[in-house]
Amino acid sequence: MSAATPSQTAGPYWHLIDFPEWADLLREDGPNAGLAGERILLTGRVTDGDGAPCPDVMVELWQAGPDGEYGGAFHGFGRCATDAEGRFRFVTLRPGPVRGRGNAVQAPHVTLSLFARGLLRQLVTRLYFAGEPLNETDPVLSAAEPERRATLIAQPAGGGEWRLDIRLQGEGETVFLEV
Amino acid sequence: MSDPAGYRLPAPGTQPPYDAPDYGSTRRRHPTRPLLRVPHTPTEVSAPRMDPARYPPHADLSKLEGREGLGERIIVAGRVLDEEGRPVRGAMVEVWQANAAGRYHHPGDTHDAPLDPNFRGQGRVFADAEGRYRFTTIRPGAYPWRNHHNAWRPVHIHFSLFGAGFAQRLITQMYFPGDPLLPLDPIFNSIPDPAARQRLVARFDLDVTEPEWALGYRFDIVLRGREATPMEDAA
Ligand SMILES: [Fe+2]
Repeated sequence: MSAATPSQTAGPYWHLIDFPEWADLLREDGPNAGLAGERILLTGRVTDGDGAPCPDVMVELWQAGPDGEYGGAFHGFGRCATDAEGRFRFVTLRPGPVRGRGNAVQAPHVTLSLFARGLLRQLVTRLYFAGEPLNETDPVLSAAEPERRATLIAQPAGGGEWRLDIRLQGEGETVFLEV
Repeated sequence: MSDPAGYRLPAPGTQPPYDAPDYGSTRRRHPTRPLLRVPHTPTEVSAPRMDPARYPPHADLSKLEGREGLGERIIVAGRVLDEEGRPVRGAMVEVWQANAAGRYHHPGDTHDAPLDPNFRGQGRVFADAEGRYRFTTIRPGAYPWRNHHNAWRPVHIHFSLFGAGFAQRLITQMYFPGDPLLPLDPIFNSIPDPAARQRLVARFDLDVTEPEWALGYRFDIVLRGREATPMEDAA
């Protein structure tokens, strides 16, 4: 048995593997074209320990389909480059509740991974949806410190948009996950 | 229904920390609060199916529209395995790199070195049933960065891998044997365990080398393995 290969930073030039269309999971020629579900926009801004925008982050999205399944018809993968203000934006379908461990049910959630200059390994977090009743019993939300739980919960911004800002460090620091 | 077997956490010292003081960009970007450990669920053990029909392979970076890029043509080949030594079949491998002069085809790269109109530096290949992958490229050049006085990155190729589980997702860099910049590089040396660090250095391989064509380098990549399958819940 040999140990897993070490991670290294994606650095500042990872945009050579940026394909902007991947941020739209519902694109017409994409893997989910025509699938039924609730269309949503996921937006947010990534900032550093000084509160400055992080304009060079690769944000990857991973989520279940509206049926709560990962291996079904829905291809729940996306990638988005943050812009000059540190903003990302995905177009997708709202995921369904996902099976958890034991008899637990996980509230609908989207996993976000951040790769960037200054990150020697990816940072992983989850985006939940405000007002979702299953949030009350979700195992990950329940394990987060109550005063930091809000960093995992996107708020509705109208027109199907859900917003969650990500703070890498300091005041309001996002809860990141050891996956 | 029984729970899925999770992926093992990395062996101590084999992965870099978030806070690496010698690498200046980590200073304002590393989390200061402990990470929240998540027991693995379908979210962590499933992964997107990266189908070559949707994500077309591009295994020859050495040419652009049939025209040869400048520099030393090389072949990079290896296997994608898990920690038990099993091939990760179908793993998608993305690569990107600087050109032979040490310049990225990227608007943010302002290094005073020539761009090559026939070299872009981006590729995508898939591991076969034995975990084998292979691509042809141009040996990249070293380039300066502003981390500290007279800082130069060792020659490297960036790798991005998608395995069978989300928890296996990996971005890393492949280095070249004998590079005098390796002992000086804060990114390479951020990995505490020297043996783990050395696994990022490809080795020259005459079996990968093609006569009258290109030198070959071997770079095997190991993705996280799974815990032993848990027992069915006693009911
Ligand atoms: Fe680089």
